[in-house]
Parts: sequence; structure tokens; C-alpha cells
Amino acid sequence: MKQMTETTQKAHWGMVLGRAAIVVLLAGIPFAAGLCATNPGGDNAVPNIFQPQSTPADSIKQLSDFVLAITGMIFVVVFSLLIYAVIKFRQRAGTADREPAQVYGSTQIELAWTIIPILIVVVLFLATARVIHAVQDAPKPATAIEITAIGHQYWWEFRYPGLGIVTANELHIPVSDPALPTPTFLKLLSADTDHSFWIPQLAGKTDLIPNHPNSMWMDPHRTGIFLGQCAQYCGTQHAKMLLRVSVDSPKDFGAWVRAQQKPAIQDEKVIAGRRVFETTACINCHAVGGSAANGRFGPDLTHLMSRETIASGAAENTKENLRLWIQKPDAIKPGSLMPAMQLNDEDLDALVNYLETLQ
Amino acid sequence: MSSDAMAIRNVEVESLPLVETLHGWLTTVDHKRLGILYIAYALLFLVIAGIEALIIRIQLMHSHNDFVSPQVFNRMFTMHGTTMIFFVAMPILFGFANYLVPLMIGARDMAFPRLNAFSFWLSAFGGFLLYFSFLGGSGLYGAGNAPDVGWWSYAPLTARAFSPGHSSDYWTLSLLVSGFGSIGTAINILATILCLRCPGMKLNRMPLLVWLNLVMAGMVLIAITPLSAAQIMLLIDRYLGGHFFDAQAGGSAVLWMHFFWIFGHPEVYVLIIPCFAFMSEIIPVFSRKPIFGYPVMVAATVCIGFVSLSVWAHHMFTVGMNSYANSFFTITTMAVGVPTGIKIFNWIGTMWGGRIQFKTPMLFSIGFLFQFLIAGLTGIMMAAAPFDWQLSLSYFVVAHFHYVIVGGILFALFAAFYYWYPKMTGRMLSERLGKWHFWLFLIGFHLTFTVMHIPGLLGMPRRIYTYEPGRGWDTLNLIITIGAFIQAVAILVFVANLVISYFKGDKAGNDPWDAWTLEWSTSSPPPAYNFATVPVVASRRPLWDQKHPEDPDSRYD
Ligand code: HEC
Ligand code: HEM
Ligand SMILES: [Cu+2]
Ligand SMILES: [Cu+2]
Repeated sequence: MKQMTETTQKAHWGMVLGRAAIVVLLAGIPFAAGLCATNPGGDNAVPNIFQPQSTPADSIKQLSDFVLAITGMIFVVVFSLLIYAVIKFRQRAGTADREPAQVYGSTQIELAWTIIPILIVVVLFLATARVIHAVQDAPKPATAIEITAIGHQYWWEFRYPGLGIVTANELHIPVSDPALPTPTFLKLLSADTDHSFWIPQLAGKTDLIPNHPNSMWMDPHRTGIFLGQCAQYCGTQHAKMLLRVSVDSPKDFGAWVRAQQKPAIQDEKVIAGRRVFETTACINCHAVGGSAANGRFGPDLTHLMSRETIASGAAENTKENLRLWIQKPDAIKPGSLMPAMQLNDEDLDALVNYLETLQ
Repeated sequence: MSSDAMAIRNVEVESLPLVETLHGWLTTVDHKRLGILYIAYALLFLVIAGIEALIIRIQLMHSHNDFVSPQVFNRMFTMHGTTMIFFVAMPILFGFANYLVPLMIGARDMAFPRLNAFSFWLSAFGGFLLYFSFLGGSGLYGAGNAPDVGWWSYAPLTARAFSPGHSSDYWTLSLLVSGFGSIGTAINILATILCLRCPGMKLNRMPLLVWLNLVMAGMVLIAITPLSAAQIMLLIDRYLGGHFFDAQAGGSAVLWMHFFWIFGHPEVYVLIIPCFAFMSEIIPVFSRKPIFGYPVMVAATVCIGFVSLSVWAHHMFTVGMNSYANSFFTITTMAVGVPTGIKIFNWIGTMWGGRIQFKTPMLFSIGFLFQFLIAGLTGIMMAAAPFDWQLSLSYFVVAHFHYVIVGGILFALFAAFYYWYPKMTGRMLSERLGKWHFWLFLIGFHLTFTVMHIPGLLGMPRRIYTYEPGRGWDTLNLIITIGAFIQAVAILVFVANLVISYFKGDKAGNDPWDAWTLEWSTSSPPPAYNFATVPVVASRRPLWDQKHPEDPDSRYD
């Protein structure tokens, strides 16, 4: 008889432990499997916040590690208590009709679990306040590059006031050498609704809000392309308001700057296309340096062909895509604010040929 | 009733004609019927908003999917969020409060029964008005469309320039109307608790559920009013040439954010506090012990109520506040974690040394504790402003608040359903279906919302209808979508359980759980007048006193 109850007891234990294990696995396995599935490789294709490449992102990561460690510890402690209580104090056979001791509370215990969390909060706060100050109140060195980023519904405008450059969607900045830092300071404005500038590996996000100038900075530690996108919902095509930051070596950056500072190339071979451009509404929305086109509603096209993508990263910058884009923007980016211009095939081809010369 | 009458031979039993029954429900001022109406209406919207969620998840199943257009997608997440917060969570919690509070304090009804009915119908009207936008949203501009500005409706997206037609007016007006309903109900709950307690029920003898609903009602008054005010200002902007939020004309988009989150953050506590209330009733009964640290639980709730009024801008860490403001909202937000933690400890303390019965309500309660713990910890992560500069507006936030709202609130609500359904209908819910419901939902929940943290860490913003391949988000999103469907199946099991048990469930009797609060002393379902004689109580657990005359709580009171 006694034997019997003991084995059933054991079996029951097994079952309860099994269930507890299931619960842990339920949360753990999806998380771990998820992390493996993402396979964060060495390149920057995955904009992982835990692979920072610039000081602000790096300070944030260090703070994150600290916060994760503390919250992880809290989790382990509280979760163990919970599981222990669930297993240890479950109803067992034969005790169903006896009520357990009725305990109403304990002042010492309550005090303990009030004071310890308060201490933890104080520590977390101090660590956080340090990083807030370090990132937000960092002084701007004289060698900093200044850029104004203006959010538009579904594309980015970048102006380099010191260098006289205007471009769109693909930001070029120099790598910052710790010995002679050349950080980039961005002034953030919006032409319409709210947007948010987010390149996870370079810095946390900051919103672009109309009538409310903001700023942020980053000092990339290595060259390469860094990806991100608009993070604040800004309307229909918020999803395709992608961002590319090209971090260039000082030499490449200098070359890029010189190329961008030139006026648009005037190639007589594509005069027909240029005429189409200048006699349709294109020029009301787009600017081409050194021509009659000076619209600011759409991206500056002076050096369109120096960009790898069009429509804020929605498509690669190829001849076919350009043609499709001008013929029917909705095919690439439904809801974008560039209208379909209803050109005939001949004009369209001429126009694309012209755009292709805007190196 | 009818079956008793059936037993008498040669008697033709006349049941109430359907029309009369319906008329009875439509014109009722009985708090129990209104409670059930609230719950039924919320369940209807739960299914609708759930379908919207599935549409969202199908679209995001893999990169560059084209299941729906961006326009439709944006309407879906706006309607999903708005519906779930205002027309599922709020009414269902008001429904339980309506049903339970008078019963638990030994009252015969709410303080203002007609105001109660009026508030319900206002809220219900709000919900239907919101959905009417699918037909009337664009007005003269063309076919109907639903609001697509997100559940925060940030300015200036709501300005006439960016939101032509009337879709965002439907958002504004429907929430304004149901907001008045919420205010009415909150006043009613406050008045009922303060004025209608039965003899002997001093404030410090009220069941915790009642205490917590008192705090919740107070917070509704404070939270809803700024939203209503902001909505009226928005209407002035849109139709009377005002410029409060119109940035093009010198207004402030940030002003709207402050108004919205001064409402929005207390609002999330309005939703979670009644769930704390369910936990504080259910965990003791299934642990067979009184709640651990009753006075501390009350104090912690009141403390959460106050502190949560000063944390709203943790939703605005990315809008460019200065470092002092960011530090202030970091510390206040982290501070909320302390009373919240105390609550978790007290629930575990209640289980400690008890005799835990794993009935379905308790399973959901343990699920609640587990998930709410994690949600609180991800909340602390986002309270660290710099960490939040990365996490904000990403899928990590979406995972956090679904951990609270689904893993916490919905789990607590399921626990409440399994626990009080017998009181409301006189029938037990099936334990077998209940366990299926629990395990399926638990698995689905974790597949969806545990995994959802990761794309956020990998830079995936929220509210995007499509995303680029090659960023490591594809597989994750597929898992998330699969989890969503498992949850949908679990919900079907739940609805089936509600329906089948109503007809075939075991008879509940007055007190199926051997519980201790007053609602279990009357019949199931209770008569219209609740109690034949008004009860008199001498402690926090009147039924314990009755069942254990040798060792009553009242001895220590
Ligand atoms: C009503 C204003 C408007 C007119 C007219 C207009 N565009 Fe655009 N265009 C835009 C906007 C806005 C964008 C950015 C769309 C986006 O990325 O969402 C754009 C984008 C482009 C781009 C992609 C630029 C890049 O770097 O991403 C090209 C090329 C372009 N337009 C060419 C043209 C041509 C050629 C015409 C005339 C046939 C034209 N546009 C007429 C507003 C206009
Ligand atoms: C210790 C407890 C909690 C802390 C510290 C906390 C912290 C936070 C923070 C900092 C954010 C802002 C993140 C961002 O947008 O960048 C947030 C978002 C949110 N939280 Fe919590 N939270 C806690 C508990 C809760 C509870 C109990 C609820 C609900 C019942 C809740 C619901 C939400 C919601 C709905 C959002 C996002 C709203 C949105 O952006 O659409 N949180 N939380
Ligand atoms: Cu956006
Ligand atoms: Cu909040």
C-alpha cells in the first residue's frame, strides 16, 4: 500500500516537473530557435542592435548588456520561486480535505521585497542616466560634419550646408578615426508628418517632427553600407521609406563630395529627353542643378545615377526600374506621392536616357 | 426552473417569448445583465479584431508579400489596436466589474442603474460607429474606408491635409462617445463601492477585487478626460480652423503626443489593474490560503495608480526631449516596477505553503504570473531611455505590450471566465476543453510573442506592411504567424466551451470552488435582487467564517 502511493507520488512529481519544463521550453525554445534562424552574419545585412559600429550605438549596447544582466537575474530568481511554489505546494493525494495553515502576511518579508527592488532601481537609474548624458550631451567637435536630414512622406532629403550638397535617401558620411574624430551631426526636420531616423548599428532612433527640430550624432568606426529605415509611422508607404548610410573612407568621402558638388552633366546626345523633363511637371517637384528644374517636393536628381537605389530603397537603380518608376510609380511603391506622368513610350525612353546621364 | 415545472404532469409550460426576452435585455438596468452585455459585446469585437490581426500576420508571413495593399494593411493595424483597447479590453473589464462588484460588497445593484445602462449603450454605440467607417469613412470622396492613422492618431497625420475624408473623424467621434460611457461607468463604480457596501464591510474588509476596481475607476476619470479634451481640440482643428496640432500652421505635433500618452499610459494600468484583481481572488482560492499581505497589496495598487500618472513620456523617448526629461521619465517608470514587483511577490507568497489545485482558472493564473513577470522586465529595459532609443517603435515594443495585454490581461480574463462563468450561468465550463484551450493558447502565445522580440532587436520597425528579404526577419515572421493561428484555434476551443457548457455543462451549485467571498453565497445565477437578505460581514472572508466557525477570520480582525 505504502509502496503504491510512493510510486504514484513519484510519477506525479515526474509529471509536474515535465510540465514545468514544458513551460520553460515554451518561452526558451522559440527565442533560441529564432536567434539561430536569423544567423547574424559578419556583414551588415542584418541591422542588429547588438552589433554596434559607432559610439552612441556602442554605449547603448553596453547599457543594454547591463540592464539585460540585471533583469535576467531578477527573472531567474522570481521564476525559480514561482516554479518551486507550483511544484512544492501542489495539492497531493490525501490532503484534499485539509486546509493549509492560513498565513496572512509578514512585515519583514514585505519590507525585504520592497527595499531590494528599490535598490536595484537606483542602480539601474544611475547607469542609465550616465549613458543618457553621454549620448545626448556630447559636445560637437569643430571637425564634425553637419548634415540636415528632412523627412518627407516616404523619402529622405539630405543637405550638407557646409559643402553645398543636396541628395536623397542614401547618406554618405566619413568614417571617424578615434585619433581625429569626424563625427556626423544630424539636424532632423520634417516637411510633413512624423518620421524617425534609425540605423540600428550606428545610433538609436530620433524622430523627425514638423515644427520641432531635433538632432543626433554618430561616428562610425568602420566603412561599409549600413541599413535602416523610417521607424515612425508616417503614412501609406512608411514601410518603403528605407535608409542606406554609406560610411566612406576619408579619401572616398572626399571624392564623393567633389562629384556631388559639380552641376549636372549637360549631355547634348540626350537633349530630347531633357526637353521632355523640362517641359513636363517633373521640374515642379524635382531639382537638377544648373537647369530650370528646382522643385523640392521630390528628391534632387542632379546626381541621380550616383545612387544605388531609387524611391528610398524600394528598387535598385537600373534602367528598367527607372522607366517603370516614371511610367507607374505605384508598381514599385503604391501610395507614393510621385504621380504617374502618362508619357508615351518615345518620350519615356528619351527621358530615361536623359536621367541615365545624371551621374 | 423549467425542468422542475416539467416534472408536474398536465401542465403546459409557457416560456418567455423570444421578443420579450430580447426586449428585457435591451431595456435592462440590472448590473448582472449589463455586465453580461458588456462581455458579449467585447467578445464579438475580440473576434473581429482577431481576424484583423490574422490579416496582418498573413501579410507579414514572408518578405514582399502582397496579400493586402499597404492602404488596407494600415487600416487593419489601426482598427485592430483601437478595437482591442477600447472595444474589447475596456468593455470586458467593465463587464466583470459591473457583474462582480455589487455581488462582492453585498449590494443589490450599482448605485446608478440607469446611468449604468446609458454608459453601456454609449460605449456600444461607439464601437459600431467606429466600424461604420468601413462604409462611410470617405464620405463624398469615394468608397468607404476605415481610419489608418494608428491607434495613437499622431498629429499631423490626422490633419485634413494628410487625412482627407472622414475616416479619422470616425476614430475621434467613436472614442469620444465611448469615452463618455467609460466616465459614466467609472463614476458608477466609485459611487457603488463608496456608498453601497453591506453592513460590516469596512473599506479594509473589501475583497481585493473591489479595492482594485475602485482604483481603476479613479484612474479612468483621470485618464479619459485628457483624451476627450484632445479629441475635441482635434475636431476644432479639422473643422473650425483651429491650429492646436497643425504643424503647418504653427501648431504642435508634440502636444498631441503628450495628451495622448497622459491618457495612454494610465490607460494601460486601467486595463491591468482589474486583472490584478482577478488574480488576487483566484490565486488564494486555488491555493486555499488568504491573499498574502492584503494591506500591502492595496497600498501597492494605490501607489501604482499615482506613480503611473507621471510616466507617460516613456512613450516619447525618441521625440527629442532633453537629457533631464529623459532621466526623469526613466526613474519614474522604473519606480513603477517596485509596487508591481511587490504584487508578484505577494501572489507567490499566497501560493507558498498552500495546497495548489490546478483547475483551469489556476492554470491561466500561473500563465499570467509567468508572462507578466517577463513583460515587466522588458518594460524595465525600455524604461532605460537609451536602450529604448533602439527598442522604441520596433517589434520589441509590440512584443512587450502583447506580453502584457495577451499574456497578462487575456490570460487573467480567461482565468476569470473559467472561475465566474459558473456563477453567471449556473453551469461549469468543461475542464477538458479548458485544458486544451490553455495549452494551445500558451503554445501559440509563446510562438508569436516570445519570438516577436527578436525582429525588434534586429531592426524591424512596427507598422510596416512589407519588409526586405535578407535582413534575418523572414523565418521569425513565419513562426510568429504560425503562432497566431494556433492562438486562433485555441480561441475557437474557448468559444466552443462557452457555448457547449451553457447547455451541457455540469450544474455549478452556489459555490463550486469552495470560495470565500459573498458572490458565492447566493444562487448561480443570482436572482435579480442578488441577496434575499442583505448579508452582514465580520471579516474579509465571510464565507470562510461560515465554513470554519472554529477558526473564523473575524477573530483576527
Ligand atoms: C508631384 C510631384 C512630382 C512630379 C510631378 C514628379 N515627381 Fe518624381 N518624385 C516625386 C516624389 C515625391 C518622389 C519620391 C517618391 C518616394 O520615394 O516615395 C519622386 C521620385 C522620383 C525619382 C526617384 C528619385 C530617387 O532618388 O529615389 C525619380 C527618378 C523621379 N521621381 C523622376 C521624375 C520624373 C522624370 C518626373 C517627370 C516625368 C517626375 N519625377 C515627376 C514627386 C514628383
Ligand atoms: C513594470 C511595468 C511596465 C513598464 C516598466 C513598462 C514600460 C513601458 C515602456 C517604457 C514603454 C514604451 C516603449 C516605447 O514605445 O518605446 C511601454 C509601452 C507599452 N506598454 Fe508597458 N510597461 C509596463 C507595464 C505595462 C502594462 C501593465 C501594460 C498594459 C496593461 C503595458 C502596456 C504597454 C503598451 C500598450 C505599450 C505600447 C503602446 C504603443 O506603443 O502602442 N505596459 N511600456
Ligand atoms: Cu515612416
Ligand atoms: Cu506606458
